[in-house]
Amino acid sequence: MLDITDRNLLKTISDLSYIPPQSAYNIRKNGAGIERRNTEKVEIVTKTDKPGIDIKIKPGTVGETVYIPVIITDTGVNDKVYNDFYIGDDADVTIVAGCGIHNSGCHESRHDGIHRFFIGKNAHVKYVEKHYGEGEGTGARVLNPTTEVFVGDNSVCEMETVQIRGVDSTVRETNAALDAGAKFIVTERLMTHGQQTAQSNMKVELNGAGATAQIISRSVAKDSSQQVFYPNAVGNAPCHAHVQCDSIIMDNAKIRSIPAIEANDTDAQIIHEAAIGRINNDQLLKLMTFGLSPEEAEEVIIEGFLK
Amino acid sequence: MLELKHISFNVNDDGGEKVEILDDVSFTVPDGKFLVITGPNGGGKSTLARLIMGIEQPTAGQILYNGEDITGLSITERAKKGIGYAFQHPPRFKGLTVRRLLSLAHGSELPEDECCSYLTRVGLCSMDYLNREVDASLSGGEVKRIEIATLMARNLGLAIYDEPEAGIDLWSFSMLVQSFRMLTQENNESVVIISHQERIMKLADEILVIADGKIRSQGPRDEILPGLLGEFDRKCDLRGEKEETTHA
Repeated sequence: MLDITDRNLLKTISDLSYIPPQSAYNIRKNGAGIERRNTEKVEIVTKTDKPGIDIKIKPGTVGETVYIPVIITDTGVNDKVYNDFYIGDDADVTIVAGCGIHNSGCHESRHDGIHRFFIGKNAHVKYVEKHYGEGEGTGARVLNPTTEVFVGDNSVCEMETVQIRGVDSTVRETNAALDAGAKFIVTERLMTHGQQTAQSNMKVELNGAGATAQIISRSVAKDSSQQVFYPNAVGNAPCHAHVQCDSIIMDNAKIRSIPAIEANDTDAQIIHEAAIGRINNDQLLKLMTFGLSPEEAEEVIIEGFLK
Repeated sequence: MLELKHISFNVNDDGGEKVEILDDVSFTVPDGKFLVITGPNGGGKSTLARLIMGIEQPTAGQILYNGEDITGLSITERAKKGIGYAFQHPPRFKGLTVRRLLSLAHGSELPEDECCSYLTRVGLCSMDYLNREVDASLSGGEVKRIEIATLMARNLGLAIYDEPEAGIDLWSFSMLVQSFRMLTQENNESVVIISHQERIMKLADEILVIADGKIRSQGPRDEILPGLLGEFDRKCDLRGEKEETTHA
């Protein structure tokens, strides 16, 4: 049974006040699955060897959205879960994931989601993931997601990951392998504040001819928070990849951005760009001439930057 | 009504020497009037606009708006009183769409048709731009037009435009000129435009010429304009011969 805190967390991480009646979903709360629905083309099965689920999407499934949110509302929960997605050839689906932690106690609450995506040929997958922490307790809110993606021939995988706020510590690991003609677009948005730390390691291997990858990282570090980015694009075939890291630094925060690019084929074209800087003063002034206070102007700039 | 009384503005140069940017400048802009400030580059025109908006604080003097001393007010407070300023070099915003920027300027979410009408008035095909981000993908001229549209989207008592013609092509420029005239005639908005353009000066009720931080001359258009043509021509392109040049 979902209470108000649960529903608020779900709404924040998956923009869901309710799950559409025709959609497959699985809600996990405090380390256990509590609600699930399968559809004709999407089957969610509990793993028998370890915690987690297999999400099987039949070939040719078009237009379905699958929701797999996780919420943690008890303090001291250490939840490690393995979710595998099998996406059939020619499917075109959206997967909405995310984890919200409400920690009102003094013990650390932690969720480590290990997601693997096996995407067939000519498929299109959009994966949206939001991470969020709240609660008045002193216990830390920790999220360490690991994502592995195998993109089949001529398939497209778009990943949008957002860490909104309230997550004390995060180490993200993302690895992707692309077959011929495959396309991988990953957009990572992150905001840290207080004493929070965030690290994101990402490796994208372009193994097939004609593969393309776009790695976009946008982040804002406030207060005394710290962020480290290690995006790495590896071209093992004739391919294109573009790595773009853009950060706004504020207060006493620290940001390190270390993009790496690697070419093992003479026809691999890989570009990286990285920029860290404070909010442009003219942007603040412009918005203030609209009647916004300096604080409101800052908020609008950050909101737009992370959108 | 805007009144500037004995405004001076100094800065210190790299060697700590005092440099006078504006020296004892006084003038008045009555409600619904159209004032063009002109003069050679580096004469202090943009500084004057920034002082009125509150971006810079004068070293001496007073600024009154509708009889109230606003010299000590912040940019935000002046904006809320109905003063607006279109930057000479507008900033770009990653992630903010044209529609969002116009809505922020307006103070609330603007309906699509209203956004479109503001964009049309600055010569942009609105449907192509509404959902575009005001980022590096736009040209200097496009950003400049959007900047002007944000002022039109506001409900202002006093609008200040700093060289609005830069980067605007001839056709759009004619539309702009009509829009400026409309602002004063229909909305009773006071308009201050910093410009070197003869065609903008021809719209003015009054012209004020600033050079070397001082008012060189001021008065009704018909008195000032004839004497100006030729004087700053070479430096300021008063006849608008370079108007197609885009501003980076």
